[in-house]
Amino acid sequence: MKEIIVIIGGGIAGLEAASNLLKLGYSPIIIEKSDHLGGHVANWHKLFPDLTPAKDLVDELIASSKDANIFLNTEVSFINRLKDSYNIMLSNGISIITKYILMTTGFRLFEASKKEEYGYGIYNQVITNSDLEHWFNTGQDKRIDESPMNAIGFVHCVGSRDEKARNSQCSKVCCITAIKQAIELKEKFPDAQIYCFYMDLRLFGKKFEDFYTKAQRDHGIHFIRGRVSEVGENIEGKVIVKAEDTLAGKPIKVTLDLLVLMSGMVCNPDSSKTASMMALPIDSDGFLKSSDNVFRITASPKKGIFYAGACTGPKTVPETLAEARSAVLDIHSHITSQEK
Amino acid sequence: MNGFGFRLSPSSAINLDKVDRSRFEELCSIEPDALRCMSCGSCSATCPAAQFSGMSIRKVLLNLQRGKEEEAFRLMSNCMLCGKCTMVCPRGINTRRIVLTISRIYEKEEKR
Amino acid sequence: MIYQGKQKIWSDYQKEIPDDHWYYVRSCIRQNFFPASEKMFLEICRNVLGKDFHENEHHTTCGGIAYHCDTIPQETAMTIVARQFALMTEAGYENYVASCITSFGNYTEILETWHEFPELEAKIREMLWKSCRKEFNKPKYLAHSSDLIYKYRNEIAEKAKFHLINKETGEPLRVVEHIGCHYSKMFPSKGVGGAEYPYVLTGMVEAWGGNVIDYPERRHCCGYGFRQYHVKANRGYSLSNTHKKFESMAPYKPDMIITNCPGCPYFLDRWQYVIAEMEGKTYGENGCGIPVLTYEEVAGLVLGYDPWDLGLQLHQVAVEPLLDKIGIEYDLEDKYKGIDKKDLLKPELPTSIKCF
Repeated sequence: MKEIIVIIGGGIAGLEAASNLLKLGYSPIIIEKSDHLGGHVANWHKLFPDLTPAKDLVDELIASSKDANIFLNTEVSFINRLKDSYNIMLSNGISIITKYILMTTGFRLFEASKKEEYGYGIYNQVITNSDLEHWFNTGQDKRIDESPMNAIGFVHCVGSRDEKARNSQCSKVCCITAIKQAIELKEKFPDAQIYCFYMDLRLFGKKFEDFYTKAQRDHGIHFIRGRVSEVGENIEGKVIVKAEDTLAGKPIKVTLDLLVLMSGMVCNPDSSKTASMMALPIDSDGFLKSSDNVFRITASPKKGIFYAGACTGPKTVPETLAEARSAVLDIHSHITSQEK
Repeated sequence: MNGFGFRLSPSSAINLDKVDRSRFEELCSIEPDALRCMSCGSCSATCPAAQFSGMSIRKVLLNLQRGKEEEAFRLMSNCMLCGKCTMVCPRGINTRRIVLTISRIYEKEEKR
Repeated sequence: MIYQGKQKIWSDYQKEIPDDHWYYVRSCIRQNFFPASEKMFLEICRNVLGKDFHENEHHTTCGGIAYHCDTIPQETAMTIVARQFALMTEAGYENYVASCITSFGNYTEILETWHEFPELEAKIREMLWKSCRKEFNKPKYLAHSSDLIYKYRNEIAEKAKFHLINKETGEPLRVVEHIGCHYSKMFPSKGVGGAEYPYVLTGMVEAWGGNVIDYPERRHCCGYGFRQYHVKANRGYSLSNTHKKFESMAPYKPDMIITNCPGCPYFLDRWQYVIAEMEGKTYGENGCGIPVLTYEEVAGLVLGYDPWDLGLQLHQVAVEPLLDKIGIEYDLEDKYKGIDKKDLLKPELPTSIKCF
C-alpha cells in the first residue's frame, strides 16, 4: 500500500516535496489555506540573480505535483495523536490518518504598517517589496505614477533585525531583492536616481555580489549606509526621507517619488497554530524549532513530523527547494527503515 | 540686529535633492569603477598620506557623490600618487588613475 | 496622504478617559508664559461643562525640569510625585490630570517604572513617609489636560460661537498642530493617537472646523529641549530647531499653530521674533508671524471669550490677523489692559516683525 504523507502548505516547498514523493511512489496530500498554489513565489515577478520568471518555476512545480491530492481553501482544524500515527481533521470535514506530516507552512511578510514612522498606508508613495512585484506582474497600483520619476528609495531591513518589531533575525533575501528591484525600476525609469538605504549589505549567495557590483557600476544605484529614521510628505505629495549617511557621518535627506519598504520574513502565525496542535517546539526567533539547526534542520523532535522551507526561518528559493528534497529523502529513509 | 549671544546653526544635513551630479557623472563615464567602491577602507588604511593628512580615496569618492567637492579636493591635495591604494583595493579599482581623472575633470570645470 | 490610514492608527491608540471628577495639577511655567490658559481650562471644565475639577494649593513642581536636566536623581523626582499623589488621595480623588506635558510624561514614566520594579515603589513609599508622614494611592486614571479638552471637543463644538473657518472665504483654517515630545514619544500607548500621528490636537481642530497640515518636520522638536535652551552655549540649537520647523511649514501658509505643551508655544512664539531680528524673515502674512496658541486659548476663542481675557496680548506674535480671519471682534484699545481695565502698559513693539 502506498504510504500517505500529509504536506501542510502548498507553497514551493510543499509542491517540490509532493513532486519528489510522487516520484518515489508515495501518495502526498497537500493542504493549502489559500485559493492557489505556489505561496508567496506565485505573486512574485522575477527571481534573483538571473531574473528567472517566478511563474515558470511555479508552473513547473504545479505540473510535476499535479498527481498529488490537493485541497485548496482548506485549513487544519485539529490533529490528534494516535498510537503511531496522526489523525488530521480538515476544515472541509475530511479527516486523514497518516504516519507522516511535512510542515511547509512558510513565512509571513512583515506588516510594514507596524513601522509607523515609515508611513505605509499613510503616505501615497510608500509601498512594499511585495506591492512592487505585484505591480511588475499586473501593472496595476494607484500609488505608482507611470510618469517619469526623479528619485526612488529602498529601505532595507523593514521589520528585520529590529528588536522593537520583535524580529531580531535577518530575513536573508531582502538585500538581494532590493538590488534586483532597484535594477528593474532603473530599467523602467532610466533617469531616476535610485537610493538603497541599508544597515549592512548581506550578499551571501551565488552571484549575489556580482549582482551588487553590476547595480553600482552599470546602473548607478546609490547605496547609502544608514537606516531611514522617518518618512514625511511634502506639499507636492512626495515623500521625504531622513537617514544618516553613516559613511559620511552626516544626516541626509532626500525627496522621492516612490519609497519601497523591504518587508522582512516573520514566522507565520498559522504555522505556530498548527505546530501547537502537535506540541512542536518554537525557536527563540518564533519560527519552528528543528531537532538540530546544523545537522537535522528538516527533522522535528516528534516522530513522523518533518519540516521544509521558511517555516524554520528565512530561506531563499533554491534553499527552500533543496530542503524540500532533503525532507523527502528523510521521510523515505524513515519509511524504508520501518519496513525492514 | 540685537546681540543675542547665540546664532542659528547651519544644517549639517546633506540634501540629496540639491546635489549637482554632472561632474561626477562625467567622471563615471570615463571611470565607471568609481561607482564600485564599497567603502571597505583598505585604501586609506594603507595610504602613506592618510595618517598625516586624513587623505582617503574612498572619502574623496563619497564626498564627490554627496556634492562636497571642496572637502574632496582638500583631501585629494594630499595624495602623493604612490598607488598603494590601487594595490590593495579588493575590487581592483584603479584608484590612482581615478585621482588623475578627477583632477583633470574638475580642473577643466574650474577653468570654464 | 491616505486619511483612512491615519484613522486606523488613531483607532489603535485610544485611551480611556473618565468623564468627570479630576484632580488637576498646574504647570510650573505655564502661568508665566500663557497666564490665562490654565484658568480657562478650569473655567471651561467647571463652568461651561459643569464638571468637577479639584485643585490644591499645596501642589508643587513635579521635578520634571530638574530631572530632565540631570540635576536631581530619579528617586527624588519620584518622591516629589509620590507627595502629589498623596495630596490627591487626601482630597478623595483617583483621576489625576496634569496641565504640563513634561509632568504627564514624568508621571507616566514613574508609574510604569513602579509597575516594572515594585521594590522601587516600596522604597519611595518609605521615603515619603520618612520625609512628610504621608501615604498615597496611585491614580486610577492619568491624563494630560489636552486629553480632557479632546474628550470634551464635541461638547465645546456644540457651544461654539466661532469656528476655525476663514470668515471671508469659508475655507477651514490651515492649522499646524504641535505635540509636546513628552506627551507620547516615551509611551506611545499613553497618548491619544500614539506617537507618530497623534490625534489629540487634530481631533480638536477637526471638531472646531479647521484643517490640520501634515508638513515634513511635523514630528520635530519645537526647539525647547531643556538642555538646549537652559544651557546658553546650546541656545543656538534651540533656535535652529525652531527655524527648521518654520522653514518646513512655511510653504503650507499656516493660519495658526496649536500646541499642548508648556514650552512649545513659548518657543514657537518667541523665537519668531528672534528669527525676524536675525534673518529678517517672518512666516505669517504682511510681515506678521504665525500666531501660536495653546489648546485652551483656542477652546476659549471658539467659545467666544474675549481675546484679551484669554491673555493673547502676552503673545509675541500678533494674534489679530487670526482673530480677523475667524471674525472675532476685539478692541485694540483694550489690548494692554488687565482685569478691571487695569493698565498693563504697552510694551515696546519690535520693527522686525509686525505687532500691534
